[in-house]
Amino acid sequence: MKIAFSTSGESLEAPLDSRFGRAPYFLIYDLDSRQARVVDNGASRASSQGAGIQAADSVVRAGAGAVVTAHCGPKAFQVLHAAGIKVFSCHAATVGEALDMYRSGALVEQTGADVAGHHA
Amino acid sequence: MKVAIASGKGGTGKTTVAVNLARSWGGPVQLLDCDVEEPNAHLFLGGEKGEEVPVFVKVPSVDEALCDGCGECGRFCEFHAIVVVGRSPIVFPGMCHACGGCAKVCPRGAIREVDERIGVVETRRSGSVSLTLGRMDVGMSMAPPLVHAVRARIQGGSPAILDAPAGTSCSVVATLRETDFVVLVTEPTPFGLHDLTLAVDLVRELRLPFGVVVNRVGAGDDRVHAWCRKEGVEILLEIPDDRRIAEGYARGRLLVEALPEYGDLFRSLAGTIAARVGVAA
Repeated sequence: MKIAFSTSGESLEAPLDSRFGRAPYFLIYDLDSRQARVVDNGASRASSQGAGIQAADSVVRAGAGAVVTAHCGPKAFQVLHAAGIKVFSCHAATVGEALDMYRSGALVEQTGADVAGHHA
Repeated sequence: MKVAIASGKGGTGKTTVAVNLARSWGGPVQLLDCDVEEPNAHLFLGGEKGEEVPVFVKVPSVDEALCDGCGECGRFCEFHAIVVVGRSPIVFPGMCHACGGCAKVCPRGAIREVDERIGVVETRRSGSVSLTLGRMDVGMSMAPPLVHAVRARIQGGSPAILDAPAGTSCSVVATLRETDFVVLVTEPTPFGLHDLTLAVDLVRELRLPFGVVVNRVGAGDDRVHAWCRKEGVEILLEIPDDRRIAEGYARGRLLVEALPEYGDLFRSLAGTIAARVGVAA
């Protein structure tokens, strides 16, 4: 399974970005092959609204089965939920630490958005 | 004649200027509260509430039996109001700008447009002021169509004063377009000047004549005055930093009624605006 981490960098050492929709990048880590690739989230960041929806759409297209981020808004959550992608809340400093926490089962699955949207 | 009252920064006194200008105009005047996310002019003007008319926009509704999940609609929509996940389209009506594009690009004809209520337009009368205000429904985010609905109530004959939302966003542009003059209200502070310059950029881009009202003169510093001198921007009116004005405002009272000595200021503002637009006040 692939996991999408919201991040401001492009490696496992990079900080885990606290925002989902407006994170600069998603690091897509494949648990089976142990390979990582980076998805640029710049288009979502540049949009005046609907960043979370577009970011969620990117994560769906990347084939992720789970998202690890600090905060996920309602619209993004709705899209991820519809795609069957689980959202895990995590406040780790780096993507690598977040990955370790995911592997050890320390992360709790979110059952809904944990922050309000910015436009509704 | 249409006069818009706007400001970059919130809380500078747009509504104070709008309601007191309307009351001081001297003759029938229309006041349009276009700050549809938080209309408040009626709090100061009072008056009996008249009719209330709902306002709708067109948003997509997908027939899932016809949809094959091709995703054309989602790729077309710049505002992410519709997105296809797997085979299921998800519609976010609050994001929709009602362009109808998704329905047009759908190869299966699975999308039709349905009415989504975004708010209401209310009318009130208070003496010589006829007030029209837009009130957006809770949870809605698309203000411009409601601003257009408020503006559609403007009637020829008497002058119209439009109270704009704060900032320089789409709903402000919708309020300012095709007005004859814009009054930009600011305060003599760093924030006030910063946001004034944004508002001036906006009205210059819209090619609208404008002037500035400086509120709370005496507080802050002289940077707004200095900037206006440098830019050749006319200061139409200065309202002093007077605690009694804030006290009256907090009680929902019109400044020109709570403190009649300020009446001349607003009558002179009405005269100045009329002179700039080239009509008799």
